[in-house]
Amino acid sequence: MAQAQTTNATTEAHGGAHADVGFPPFATETFGGQLLWLAITFVVLYTLLSRLVLPRLSGIIENRRTMIAGDLDEAAAMKARAEEAGTAYEKALAEAKARAQALAQETRSKLSAESDAKRKALEADLNKRLAEAEATISAKKAEAMSHVDAIARDTASAIIERLTGKAPAPQKVEAALNQIKA
Amino acid sequence: MASPIEQFQIKPIIPVINFTNSSLFMIGAAAVIVGGLLYATRKRAVVPGRAQSVAEVLHDFVANTLVDATGKEGMKFFPLVFSLFMFVLTANLLGMIPGFFTVTSHIIVTFALAMLVIGTVVIYGFVKHGTHFLGLFVPSGVPGWLLPFIVVIELISFLSRPISLSLRLFANMLAGHIALKVFAGFVVALLGAGGALTILAPLPLLMAVALMALEFLVAALQAYVFTVLTCIYLNDALHPGH
Repeated sequence: MAQAQTTNATTEAHGGAHADVGFPPFATETFGGQLLWLAITFVVLYTLLSRLVLPRLSGIIENRRTMIAGDLDEAAAMKARAEEAGTAYEKALAEAKARAQALAQETRSKLSAESDAKRKALEADLNKRLAEAEATISAKKAEAMSHVDAIARDTASAIIERLTGKAPAPQKVEAALNQIKA
Repeated sequence: MASPIEQFQIKPIIPVINFTNSSLFMIGAAAVIVGGLLYATRKRAVVPGRAQSVAEVLHDFVANTLVDATGKEGMKFFPLVFSLFMFVLTANLLGMIPGFFTVTSHIIVTFALAMLVIGTVVIYGFVKHGTHFLGLFVPSGVPGWLLPFIVVIELISFLSRPISLSLRLFANMLAGHIALKVFAGFVVALLGAGGALTILAPLPLLMAVALMALEFLVAALQAYVFTVLTCIYLNDALHPGH
């Protein structure tokens, strides 16, 4: 059969269009064999593709898709966690700032109260000492003033003794001084 | 020099089981598809290499075409559509190798593939929708007196689908290969003629090269057209209401 066809082809090549060569796609006697092998091939191809190749291929693509989706979810969760941590940090910072300010305020007011108290105590002390000193001064002044009479009497008797050569009677000196003083 | 249609001869290889050059190239195409895809996906890499990218692109391309035409539920036909696309594409492209037989240049092969599609549509349509599937031929909103004509037209259009589907692929493959052979034959004839004609030989050669590029485009395009039409027809089986 193969030989016959080859001969046909050769004759045709030499003799131009030849009736018995025919048009191969319309050669009905070959249809059975082509259909048979097409059916066998296509069934085997379909089976291999649907059972083996396509599940593998879809598996790869699906696997990648789930992996990417998982990674994205994870990234979103991490971002949320980071944001949470950021908010917590800011909150802690604000709290610490507020506490520090309160502490500073407290310390400042405590210190000023203390220094006020100290100042007042010091002032009171100083006033007290001033008053004491004034009292001492006036006492000393009074004391000194009380001595002035005795000194005047002694001085007066000493002057009279020098002038007269004889000590005057103390009562007379006393009376004379009292007279001057009045 | 052989005639332009000599390349379409069916030559027996093992006559007892009707094994011919056509059978050989059918099996060759299937082997290339399965072997190529298995080789491409052997690593199951998350970040695909070149071969795996090609396999994934083919997968996504067919899947998108199918989902665009039929929606998500059409994915149950994905293995069938993918097998058809890959078989037609590979058979077309294998036929582009000089000296190789083109399986899809035979009307009986393309018709069998078309009947497989239409048969799937009809059987699935009736199994899934029962007599409601016949609603495919009765568009809604047509006035009563017009209905008989519309039904006849719809019926004819439905019946012509396997013919147009198979003829389109067959004729494209056949015509392309004949044209290539004719121009290649001119080159040989001019070279053989001697004298001034020999100088003209490069002209048909250029034409043959240009046709070769065109035929590669046609080979891929016809596989795509076959697949798109398959998806559109399957959509009728899934959603018979107009």
